[in-house]
Amino acid sequence: MSEKKTFEQLHIDPIQQQILAQVAELHEVPEGAYSLRVNGASAAVGSSEHVTIVKKEDKPGIDIYVAPGTKHESIHIPVVLSQTGLKDLVYNDFHIGEGADVVIIAGCGIHNCGVQDSAHDGIHSFFLEKNARVKYVERHYGEGDGRGGVLMNPTTIVELAEGSYMEMDTSQIKGIDSTVRVTRGTLAENATLIIKEKIMTHGEQYAETNFSVELNGAGSSTDVVSRSVARDQSKQKFLACISGNTACHGHSACDAIIMDQASVQAIPELAANDVEASLIHEAAIGKIAGDQLIKLMTLGLSEEEAEAQIINGFLK
Amino acid sequence: MLELRHISYSVEEEGKVIPILQDINLTLDDHFIAFTGPNGGGKSTLARVIAGIIKPNEGQILLDGEDITDLNITQRAKAGISFAFQQPVRFKGITVKTLLDLAAGKPLSLKAACAYLSEVGLCAADYVNREVNDSLSGGELKRIEIATVLARGTKLSLFDEPEAGIDLWSFQNLIQVFERMHQEIQGSILIISHQERILNIADQIVVIAGGRVRQQGSKDEVLPALLQGEASLRPAGACFGKKQ
Repeated sequence: MSEKKTFEQLHIDPIQQQILAQVAELHEVPEGAYSLRVNGASAAVGSSEHVTIVKKEDKPGIDIYVAPGTKHESIHIPVVLSQTGLKDLVYNDFHIGEGADVVIIAGCGIHNCGVQDSAHDGIHSFFLEKNARVKYVERHYGEGDGRGGVLMNPTTIVELAEGSYMEMDTSQIKGIDSTVRVTRGTLAENATLIIKEKIMTHGEQYAETNFSVELNGAGSSTDVVSRSVARDQSKQKFLACISGNTACHGHSACDAIIMDQASVQAIPELAANDVEASLIHEAAIGKIAGDQLIKLMTLGLSEEEAEAQIINGFLK
Repeated sequence: MLELRHISYSVEEEGKVIPILQDINLTLDDHFIAFTGPNGGGKSTLARVIAGIIKPNEGQILLDGEDITDLNITQRAKAGISFAFQQPVRFKGITVKTLLDLAAGKPLSLKAACAYLSEVGLCAADYVNREVNDSLSGGELKRIEIATVLARGTKLSLFDEPEAGIDLWSFQNLIQVFERMHQEIQGSILIISHQERILNIADQIVVIAGGRVRQQGSKDEVLPALLQGEASLRPAGACFGKKQ
């Protein structure tokens, strides 16, 4: 372990610092293990006593090894792109040892003020050993005043061993022109995968999320919950496929508010391959209820303020 | 003081004009006023007209002498009118505390928010961080709805059938809430109700039937006739004559 450095020492400029604050709430180089990736290259990597981060030799990316039994550690792995036209592809593999319990804060921010598209495609694989627990938080954010697009296509692969638990909290609130998110989960006995997704699209943006969960172990369960708001002419597609291959519980829900000329498509798929599999899907898409607006207006809010409150609450 | 002058409202259905309110004239300057009358008689519509949710075809509304006819819902709320819905609205993601903050127009201290909830008989600690969503029962929602009106503390508070859709046990408590409100609240309360115990604490009762004001007066003037059951005036399903 080396002495903690400042952003300036790592040559992270003010725009990049601002993006780090947005996507990872980082205002300084974090304590504990971290990896900062800036403009397609690793800017800094730090390991801790129980968490080792190693750069991959054969391709861009890192391997993160969390020692068995590690408790109460946070790992920060934000990515920043501020160079227009850059297409970044990164492979991050997380190996979480038996009984470990950690929080991983990822996030990608793109600042594009050029005319070419900037893209970040992250392929994250999680391997949780027996009884390991992970809370994974990922925020996606884009900004810039150029005409270049901001594209993000994250893929997440989750393999959960017996009794392990993973909660994935993802949000994409602003500025991503196009995203196709793919998440695949495979669960062993008594493993649990909770996915909470929040998306807001506006302008001409497109967001597609594609979840597929295989419940292979007895007593495994998953809950895939998507809340989204589509404004202007933006389009969203939600696909969730849950396969129950044994005695298990699966639930997916897509709850969307649609505004202006936006469109939202929800495509649930449930495959029960065992008589003991219990699978449920719920989907509700609609505009903001008139009664909700009226109620908040009777409290003295203007229609615009009421709408903002409803959306903020919905995506909280 | 609230004045309604020649308020009329009608809707069109399959080419036919259906009158809902017909030339309503009322001057309401009491502390606690109850609107009663049969279902479909126009009470809720009139309350919504007062709150600005429904725009009447004709007529004028004055609040403390100021013409508020052309004010929208937000402007009327700011002018001092609160409205508790008969069927309170649910919000995914908005907590009880946030709703109370919005009602008060400022972030309330936890203590203040809890005081409003306790006032309506809810154990504040259990509710303050709950979302105003499907997890709340009808009775709980009604109480939260009333708490938002208390948090606003405006000069006129409208309650549209606060007793509707709640169980008998909750109703007993609700009556106490209104009895307390009658003593403590500074402004005027206008409550739509079919319940004798609520009508009993009213300073003035207005009977609305067939879109018109059928009778108006003190409870001593109006209640006996209602209790004796003038059929045309008695609200459907009302429990008049029996103590709850």
